[in-house]
Amino acid sequence: MSENTKTMEVSVWRGDENGGAFETFKVPALGSQTVLDVVTWIQQSADPTLTYRYACRVGMCGSCAMMVNGEPRWTCRTHVSRVLDGDRLEIAPLRNLPVIKDLAADMDPFFDKWVKAGGVHRPSRTRDEPIQQVNPEAPARVEANKGIECINCSVCYAACDTVAGNQDYLGPAALQRAWTLYNDEKVQDRGAILDAVSGPGGCLNCHTQGSCTRYCPNELDPLSAIAGLKRAVATSFFKRSA
Amino acid sequence: MKIKPHRKHPLWLAYILHRMSGLGLALFLPAHFYVLAMAVSRPQSLDYFLSFAANPLVKVAEFGLVFLLAIHFFGGLRLLALEFLPWSARQKTLAAASVAGAFLVSGSFLLRAV
Repeated sequence: MSENTKTMEVSVWRGDENGGAFETFKVPALGSQTVLDVVTWIQQSADPTLTYRYACRVGMCGSCAMMVNGEPRWTCRTHVSRVLDGDRLEIAPLRNLPVIKDLAADMDPFFDKWVKAGGVHRPSRTRDEPIQQVNPEAPARVEANKGIECINCSVCYAACDTVAGNQDYLGPAALQRAWTLYNDEKVQDRGAILDAVSGPGGCLNCHTQGSCTRYCPNELDPLSAIAGLKRAVATSFFKRSA
Repeated sequence: MKIKPHRKHPLWLAYILHRMSGLGLALFLPAHFYVLAMAVSRPQSLDYFLSFAANPLVKVAEFGLVFLLAIHFFGGLRLLALEFLPWSARQKTLAAASVAGAFLVSGSFLLRAV
């Protein structure tokens, strides 16, 4: 690093499941630099023992999300210039998930809940039957399409205070997936989806804080998806008891 | 106390105001019923309390109470609209604006009548 290069102070969380502390690095400030570039610079030029996770670097794989200045973000698509606080940056592992080491959060609880919310596709036809035609204009399909661009980055999960307060809560991403399947006409057993999301920890636990929708890097709307599930659960309750 | 950055947005504020106003009202209601019950059991105590309630400071507190009630009422309407009416964001804004407008007009009418 030459003497006249502009630098920034980057505090990075170092530690594991037993705890840790922030360690500060001086990182050269460059043009069009992403937060992931900063983390990579530290790992390659300052401390090779720094652990973090990324894969695609173009906002498709959902593996590089971290807390940047206290807010969950996809680091590969977050420009430093947009989040820099003076010349300081604070980078920590995703909130609401256990830490494996340094910036790598353990995503297992997130994906376990995805399965628990009935996120696995259960087809209504076998391979011997003809492929089901789906009308892309049908209202249910249009509704389902709103949620299919989820990249499982867990940013919504880290932003959610309901997840923070209730470790059984399925979380925005898993519930949005359930809402997508509920609107998929290829799925036959809608009751099973509602059963999976209406128990303890299900959609009715949502406090409508809306942080999921605010922080979703793909600009999806899990808040409205969860509202849709609540509506479906309420409707089915009155229908069943009638 | 520093507000965490992920809580600095209108929906989170609406959430916390709704919950805090609900708590405030829950604390107020038992006291309210207790005072009302005095009308039957101890009318003198009620008269004494009512003269105390004419105190300007209590009037200010009453303003706070009505404020809590209004916040909780509109917070509840907001939730019902958000969760039971699958509208677009724009439709919801228009609906909220028209309800607010209606209350402004009828509220000012009520004030004039009082």
